[in-house]
Amino acid sequence: MADIALRVNGIDKKVSVSPETPLLWVLRDTLELTGTKFGCGAGLCGACTVHVDGNPIRSCSTPVSQVAGKNVTTIEGLAASDGLAAGQLHILQAAWIAEEVPQCGYCQTGQIMSAAALLAKTPNPSDDQITQAMNGNLCRCGTYERIRKAIHRAAGRAAGNGGSR
Amino acid sequence: MSPLSRREFVAAGVAAGAGLVVGFYLPHGGGSQPESFSPNAYLRITPDNKVTIVVARSEMGQGVRTALPMILAEELEADWKQIEIEQAGASTLYGDQGTGGSASIHSTWDPMRKAGAAAREMLISAAALTWGVPRSTCAADNSHIKHAATGRSLSYGELVGKAATLPIPSDAPLKQSKDYKIVGQRLPRLDTPSKVKGEAIFGIDFRMPGMKFALLSRCPTIGGKVLGFDDKESKKISGVSYVGKVGDSAVAVVADSVWGAMEGRRVLNVSWDDGPNKNLSSATLIQPPKELASRKGTSLYSAGDPAKASGRKISAEYSLPFMAHAPMEPGNCTAHYQGTKCELWAPTQVPQDCRDSVATAVGLDPDQVKVNVTLMGGGFGRRLEHDYAVEAALVSKAINGPVKVIWTREDDMRFSTYRPASQHQLSAMLDGSGFPVALTHRIIAPSISGQKGQPVPGGVDPDLPDEAGPVYGLPNYSIESVITETPVPLGWMRSVYALQAAFALESFIDELAAAAGKDPLQYRLKLLAKDQDLQFFTTTWKTGRMRGVVQLAAEKAGWDKPLPAGQYRGVACFGCFASYMAEVVEITMEKDEPRVHRVVAAVDCGQVVNPSILEQQIQGGIVYGLANALRAKITIEKGRVVQGNFDDYAPLRMDETPVVEVYAVPSVEAPTGIGEPSVPPIAPALCNAIYAATRKRIRALPILNS
Repeated sequence: MADIALRVNGIDKKVSVSPETPLLWVLRDTLELTGTKFGCGAGLCGACTVHVDGNPIRSCSTPVSQVAGKNVTTIEGLAASDGLAAGQLHILQAAWIAEEVPQCGYCQTGQIMSAAALLAKTPNPSDDQITQAMNGNLCRCGTYERIRKAIHRAAGRAAGNGGSR
Repeated sequence: MSPLSRREFVAAGVAAGAGLVVGFYLPHGGGSQPESFSPNAYLRITPDNKVTIVVARSEMGQGVRTALPMILAEELEADWKQIEIEQAGASTLYGDQGTGGSASIHSTWDPMRKAGAAAREMLISAAALTWGVPRSTCAADNSHIKHAATGRSLSYGELVGKAATLPIPSDAPLKQSKDYKIVGQRLPRLDTPSKVKGEAIFGIDFRMPGMKFALLSRCPTIGGKVLGFDDKESKKISGVSYVGKVGDSAVAVVADSVWGAMEGRRVLNVSWDDGPNKNLSSATLIQPPKELASRKGTSLYSAGDPAKASGRKISAEYSLPFMAHAPMEPGNCTAHYQGTKCELWAPTQVPQDCRDSVATAVGLDPDQVKVNVTLMGGGFGRRLEHDYAVEAALVSKAINGPVKVIWTREDDMRFSTYRPASQHQLSAMLDGSGFPVALTHRIIAPSISGQKGQPVPGGVDPDLPDEAGPVYGLPNYSIESVITETPVPLGWMRSVYALQAAFALESFIDELAAAAGKDPLQYRLKLLAKDQDLQFFTTTWKTGRMRGVVQLAAEKAGWDKPLPAGQYRGVACFGCFASYMAEVVEITMEKDEPRVHRVVAAVDCGQVVNPSILEQQIQGGIVYGLANALRAKITIEKGRVVQGNFDDYAPLRMDETPVVEVYAVPSVEAPTGIGEPSVPPIAPALCNAIYAATRKRIRALPILNS
């Protein structure tokens, strides 16, 4: 056991866990931030994606000791990390609602975190850039097409064609 | 499953409702609500004009928490913006609450409409009495009763007191589809905002004070048992509080965190009795075709006599492997056993089965077990099992406190119940113009229900009547089922046997078209040209409706226009769960592997309740079906499942996902299934496109069989 300090969604936290504990379980079990999901435990599905100092990482495969002293942003703090007030939606969350993306919804918080990291670096991504950034995030409900549209919408671009609109 | 059939349920519902109006309240509201109007188990209206609709099916992504309330709200003439939803736990009030078989809308269409209509009529009566005017001069609109002649209006909330004293009409008139305001609209799903904010509570997210976490070490060999275990190392892990056997074949490690339980399990030393299947392998599970050909099948469908038909004979055999559901949220369940009662928080498609099997496992009566149904991170049939609920209850009983059992992805992959592997023998006689005058299809697969000890009436697996019907009205046509045995645990996976039946039949029809030298689409349309009713158990398949979806898909795909060089098309159609589906696939071949660019899907599922949800289900089913077709394969070596995670059992990712266009045939027929029917046609449509590109016929899935 060790005391580890980290900053989660703008708030300083100190947790007392064994240092190899994956960040995912510290977020979910210790800090009770359950919006970050467990899908594979092996960095294969992206459901556990959070930002560490702005970069998307797989929290299931990141020991908490590696993020000591760093800024961690989870889905619960995404809007605030963009300077939005409590209760406001991040532009991607609003786009996800507008495009009716989620089915079961389990993977969607990780999808949104990956998309947010993409838009932060590439405000107007091409289809290829979206595919590249999002390919690590699995969705068994098959919502990929609407995810793509939502990212385009958030980026302020016309949605791609296709579908029965 | 519940002893109440649907028909009995409607009667019981009325009886329960009649009790309500004289002062009883249904137990779904979490306490008495003396001011509310609740004429049946589906509905409660409170004086603040809030309408609460109870959803007695499980939400796993398919949109029932929105679509089912839409049906009731339509008849109630409710203000959709004032609707709140409540999830029903396991109860005898709702008939069979199992969520599967694409049946939620299909089976609740009448009860939900009647529940809404009865309440609407009572509210109209309440207003008419209040105003002293004839009922016929009052109308329900947007959660108000209005009296047009005088411009008066009362909200539903203002009428609940009076409405609750009135008798429940048994024959409230139902609306005509042309008057629908809610049903048929692309209304946003009610569960979307919480899901994008990370606030939605799935089974795995549920927390309660004092709750521990448990992982189980299960015997890796199918049918094996625990011989003994040494927990010395596990107990050294911080937070591990308990290690003990669960049933015959697992050992639980309980800790105060998931990670503690994972670490405790990692160092746990269990010795196993591998049991009778230690030499089982996928190769030995495949039956020799000659042996199978000699086995007598049970007739599922019979027209004419294929044995007497003559012509040009064509035969082919197809096979499909075991597959795993792999929903994104791994198995989990929270249980709190307290001696004389046990409460569960379960992501389950079968709350009543969870209740009953937990009661048996921990020695309680079913009514001492309370099941709270949580949101599910996908289901696809995996959560039709209740293993995780029984495990959680047993561990809770052992530690005498609340516990959440969590499965890892590897647990999910290796201890699942699998879509049965199947083999198919098809044979046809072609006439002089190349069209079949006879066709036989032998479906050779184990029975899922049979393996579970459930009834297999008349030797017919009870799933086949929904999933293996005829598509074409041929003069001589036989569909037979040959039930085999397997020790591999079986489960119902999205579209169940329909995926197998469609892959074999619709690949074979393509082979016949190729043998006849005809365009595969025109060939199908010719076979569907005549309007025929094909009776298959209780479903009457109409060739006209199937022709309609094939034509719609072909038209929207532009089948009659040539594709650019290097692009190829395939088509397939199939009906299951009473819905009709056709899909046209466009591909290119890259290094001998297909790349799917576009899928045009046409469906006839009767009245569409929510076109956006329909589109989600069809797009999702096609993505799911493409993963099944391309790669999904569970193999067994030395009695153990080989695959473990998303690297060796790889779902589709964004880079492989085609554009899917969805078109529905306009219809006012009662709605039929939509969660599964898009899955079966995609594999044969893709294989038919690959044939168009390469002249190579794929007769075994998966396509990318490395």
